[in-house]
Amino acid sequence: MDKLLQLLSTNSKFSTAEISAMLGEPEDYIKAQIKEYESQGIIKGYQAVVNWEEVEDSYVEALIELKVTPKKETGFDDMAKMCMAFDEVESVFLMAGGYDFALIVKGESMQDIAMFVAKKLSTVDGVLSTGTHFIMRRYKDRGMNLFDPDDQADERSLIL
Amino acid sequence: MDYSKYLNRSIQSVSPSGIRRFFDIANEMDNVISLSIGEPDFQTPWHIRDEGIHSLIKGKTWYSPNRGFSDLLKEITRYYERRFNLTYSPSEQTLVTVGGSEAIDLALRTLIEDGDEVIIPQPSFVCYEPLTVMAGGVPVIINTKNEDNFRLKADDLRAAVTPKTKLLVLPFPNNPTGAIMERRDLEEISKVIIENDLMVLSDEIYSELTYGGRNHVSIASVDGMYERTVVINGFSKSYAMTGWRLGYALGPSPIIDQMTKLHQYGIMSSPTTAQYAAIEALRHGDRDVKRMRDEYDMRRRLVVDSFNDMGLSCFEPLGAFYVFPCIKSTGLNSEDFCTRLIMEKHVAVVPGTAFGKCGDGFVRVSYSYSLKHLKIALERIREFVKELEDEKNG
Repeated sequence: MDKLLQLLSTNSKFSTAEISAMLGEPEDYIKAQIKEYESQGIIKGYQAVVNWEEVEDSYVEALIELKVTPKKETGFDDMAKMCMAFDEVESVFLMAGGYDFALIVKGESMQDIAMFVAKKLSTVDGVLSTGTHFIMRRYKDRGMNLFDPDDQADERSLIL
Repeated sequence: MDYSKYLNRSIQSVSPSGIRRFFDIANEMDNVISLSIGEPDFQTPWHIRDEGIHSLIKGKTWYSPNRGFSDLLKEITRYYERRFNLTYSPSEQTLVTVGGSEAIDLALRTLIEDGDEVIIPQPSFVCYEPLTVMAGGVPVIINTKNEDNFRLKADDLRAAVTPKTKLLVLPFPNNPTGAIMERRDLEEISKVIIENDLMVLSDEIYSELTYGGRNHVSIASVDGMYERTVVINGFSKSYAMTGWRLGYALGPSPIIDQMTKLHQYGIMSSPTTAQYAAIEALRHGDRDVKRMRDEYDMRRRLVVDSFNDMGLSCFEPLGAFYVFPCIKSTGLNSEDFCTRLIMEKHVAVVPGTAFGKCGDGFVRVSYSYSLKHLKIALERIREFVKELEDEKNG
């Protein structure tokens, strides 16, 4: 895997000087490479991993299983586009297995999400069924332990 | 009651490790950020831990054979074959020990008789000198130098040999300098070793942690050296298994046989659970080793670069997980530098003198820490160096 992308995907806040030192490449080259990834759309953006449970003004998320009828010409793509168009929908994945799409949906409350699924999503032409699973608690997200950060405290002792 | 008359004199003569003092200070302070620890920050990879757990669930709670489980002995010899091109017999030339440290102790006690001289290159790990003394040997120190990239030079070795010399301790990749010995370096010193009929204890515990595309070379693979070398290695550094306490020795069977006797009477056998985990490590752990090595390598570059940038010259270490910057430009000696750094900036590093007198003017910085942790610590060291400079220019 590309080491630069790997580094940025774990922490996008490294400076180009630091990355240049870590990878043993000139800083100018690193800058140019990042620019190129950005313009090619390989790097799509930079986001903070927020532990929303610690934030008062929080929100609810649900994973929604969707079964659909694929369209004749465009297969699943058109169905995906329709799902993507909703602001409430954070992510859309085409799945192999028991259902077709997995959606991550965001709302202010469970009620909010339930209404969205019932009124907007299930009425989309081609949607056969939905299954809603509310996310209760995030233990680990995008590789980060959100549950017990103390677990990562340094317990090593100097013995010699 | 005066106990000293009851206590063994050579043991009393040995002083406790110098690394400790700074750690004790650090423990008393708040907000201390340490770069002083010499063990991986990674946890043992899960599949390895899982095998240990599984062995317990299956009730594998008995002693192992004295030398270690035969499956583990086989995997160790396969590993040395595939990684370092060296062939050992699992049943006759291999011994599983409680960490590499036990193997070092056994080898020294097996080979040394009263008054034998043991050549120890320094700066190096703190145990060789005291263990030599406690085995009745006489340590003869060679100071490796910054300008030689802290490698052992044949001329220095030749100058240290006397008719009483029996053994050379070869601690590479080196703790604390991060120096390695490449094949041509080893060939050079091997001539001196063979000429003078010496034995070698090659401590290869950091063999998986070499960088810049340079694979570790064991001196046992140099012509004429196989029969003169006891190789020490273990699982602590390469697989992040320090707490499991598992190492091993490989060498000529007459030596391993004698070491096995010592091990048998003193220890009996190495921890059973750890041995099951270690079999898994050798069979399926190559990917983990590479992952950790790549991560260390990034940190290494960052740390070396930062020290050079802040004006503390730092030769490029090609092994282990330490850098050994020279702090002479600050006008302080190692002890003062470390004491002031911890008092003023709450950063703990180890004075070079803990690893031999010739380590004065240097400090050992471990990069076995997360990048985030390293960045904070380096920033504080940078401030400290800047303040020392301002002080000097007064």
